[in-house]
Amino acid sequence: MSHLLKTKQSRFIGAFAAVLLLLFTFCSSLYFGQTSIVIEDIVQAFTQFNSSSTNQVIVLDERLPRAVLGIVIGASLAVAGALMQALTGNPLASPSIFGINAGALFFVVLAITLFSFSSLVHIMWLALLGAAVSGLLVFLLGSIGRDGMTPIKVVLAGSAISALFLSMTQAMLVLDENGLQQVLFWLSGSISGRSLDMLYPILPFILIAAAGAMFMGKALNVFATGEDVAKNLGQKTNLLKIGIGVIVIILAGSSVSIAGAIGFIGLVVPHITRGLFGPDYRWVVPLSAVLGASLLMSADVLARLLIMPQEIPVGIMTALIGTPFFIYIARYGLTKR
Amino acid sequence: MARQINIRSKKNTISFQIDVKPLLVTLFLFILTAAALFAGPGLGDPFFNPVEIGQSLFGIGSGGNEFIINTLRFPRAAVSLLAGLCLGTAGAILQGIVRNPLASPDIIGITGGAAVAAVIYITFFQDSFGIQWLPFTAIGGALMASLLIFLISWNEGVTPIRLVLIGIGVSAAINACTMLILTLSPDYSASQAYIWLTGSIYGASWENLRLLLPWAVLIVPMTVIYSSVLNVQELGDDTSAGLGLSVQKHRIVLLLCSVVLAGAAVSVVGTIGFVGLVAPHIARLLVGRSFPYLLPSAGFVGALIVFSADIVARTAFYPSDIPAGIFTAGIGAPFFIYLLVKHRNKF
Repeated sequence: MSHLLKTKQSRFIGAFAAVLLLLFTFCSSLYFGQTSIVIEDIVQAFTQFNSSSTNQVIVLDERLPRAVLGIVIGASLAVAGALMQALTGNPLASPSIFGINAGALFFVVLAITLFSFSSLVHIMWLALLGAAVSGLLVFLLGSIGRDGMTPIKVVLAGSAISALFLSMTQAMLVLDENGLQQVLFWLSGSISGRSLDMLYPILPFILIAAAGAMFMGKALNVFATGEDVAKNLGQKTNLLKIGIGVIVIILAGSSVSIAGAIGFIGLVVPHITRGLFGPDYRWVVPLSAVLGASLLMSADVLARLLIMPQEIPVGIMTALIGTPFFIYIARYGLTKR
Repeated sequence: MARQINIRSKKNTISFQIDVKPLLVTLFLFILTAAALFAGPGLGDPFFNPVEIGQSLFGIGSGGNEFIINTLRFPRAAVSLLAGLCLGTAGAILQGIVRNPLASPDIIGITGGAAVAAVIYITFFQDSFGIQWLPFTAIGGALMASLLIFLISWNEGVTPIRLVLIGIGVSAAINACTMLILTLSPDYSASQAYIWLTGSIYGASWENLRLLLPWAVLIVPMTVIYSSVLNVQELGDDTSAGLGLSVQKHRIVLLLCSVVLAGAAVSVVGTIGFVGLVAPHIARLLVGRSFPYLLPSAGFVGALIVFSADIVARTAFYPSDIPAGIFTAGIGAPFFIYLLVKHRNKF
């Protein structure tokens, strides 16, 4: 596939522009919202915080956590998607298609409704377990048969596993209607109304996993030439696969445990990044993180603005942005392979 | 016993050949479905025997049972059977058209289209126009969704795999729209709508029954009569065109029937998943591949599936009433996985 930025110089400029875009979306995430807040208030909230000013409190307590979560989750999902596409050689691989969201969601709802867990850390570990279980199931189901992992098989396996977990989740929620009211907004994915306290216990894991992903670029490039070639070149492919799997599960699972089912970021962003910067994973992984963070924050800003004073859950926004993309890849992207 | 019976007019101008075994199985399924209709309302607490049910339906029973049987349980049993009949038949047609064992109205987005139209109607229009237009809206939504899927997958013809992939994509977008409307709708009880969406026959009334009955009674027999063309279609597009069948025309007519049936069912019972996928497979095991038997059998099997799911849903966790769609998905999703494993070399 031909990409836009061919020379090294233009890629550095492109990367710089991507970081600028990230800064811009971060600032707009602080600026836009139901209450209109002047820029001085935002600046003051950081420099000389005045707790009697409502606007400054809104900036620090509501909008800042949202923007930070947008960055962390958008980046995690996009990197997870990029790694999954590298691992499977499948352009449709991504956390939501793989049923990881549904699996993690099921375990979280199970923990909350049936065992009335309240410790966030425990819930988070369960979400990771759910992500691992469903991801592994889809991986195994999708790779049975003569031709290995064909895109259609992965998609079908993913939707079957998702449907299974979703129906069990629904069963628990219907039995426990109070639980439903709490999680309905969360079922559709949202980064609003969550404090940063939720993030702190898992942030170290996310950072380690993300750092690991960044250093994998070279190995991924070798792996992308084909597993047999990579083996012959002396790469320990099984080790690499396990490493990728662990990173994907940490990144995708912890995203779901905080923000619920936000789909399609992991599918769309790696494709955009590859279209801009080419197939070199040393570029694709970090820039997927930057662009993923920007995309999720912009979707979140749009979700706030489109139907003021109400809000659209951001998972719905990403699904609406992402599905035309999915259809495009399903229609044109697969014929080349 | 003879395997086939030949019926001929005197000068051999008209002749039929009837396979005995599939015919008997289909009749047996029909009797089972009819029995379910009259035994079903009795199950649960309090229990009624079929005689009591018959008595109260004809208004000659002892007073106290009438409310439970006539108002609560009979319409519910009837609606679940009819909805299953529609979904099973719709799935069998669809699998015949796209020649793909994994096709079903819910997987390729037809029920999703019906659901989003129905949710829009319930939220914004039902108060002013009444419930009687709901099936038409849902069918309209199903039609638009399937048209969209068909158009997007069209590229000098429609291959089954592209149809399924794009159907999954379109249904993701449609589901997002449904969730969007649910979160937007002012003072709407989200939990009620959510239960409706998972497929529930919870509050089925005579009115629901009246809404669904005409579609089932008109279209199911029509497709059964029409379905012999599907037998020819199974041979492949080129062969059937060679045999003198206008393939695309029949395909569109049958697809329309399938969409209308699925839409009508969804409008009344919500998205009860996987029935359209599972029922035709069970029916194929019972009666073989000939469509004039397969379609009604798939319908009856679908009816019995939804009926049993609903009976379990209302009795197993009593006093909670669980959406039947959860049970059908709980059985259907593993079945789907089994199919995927079985046909692993085809994709």
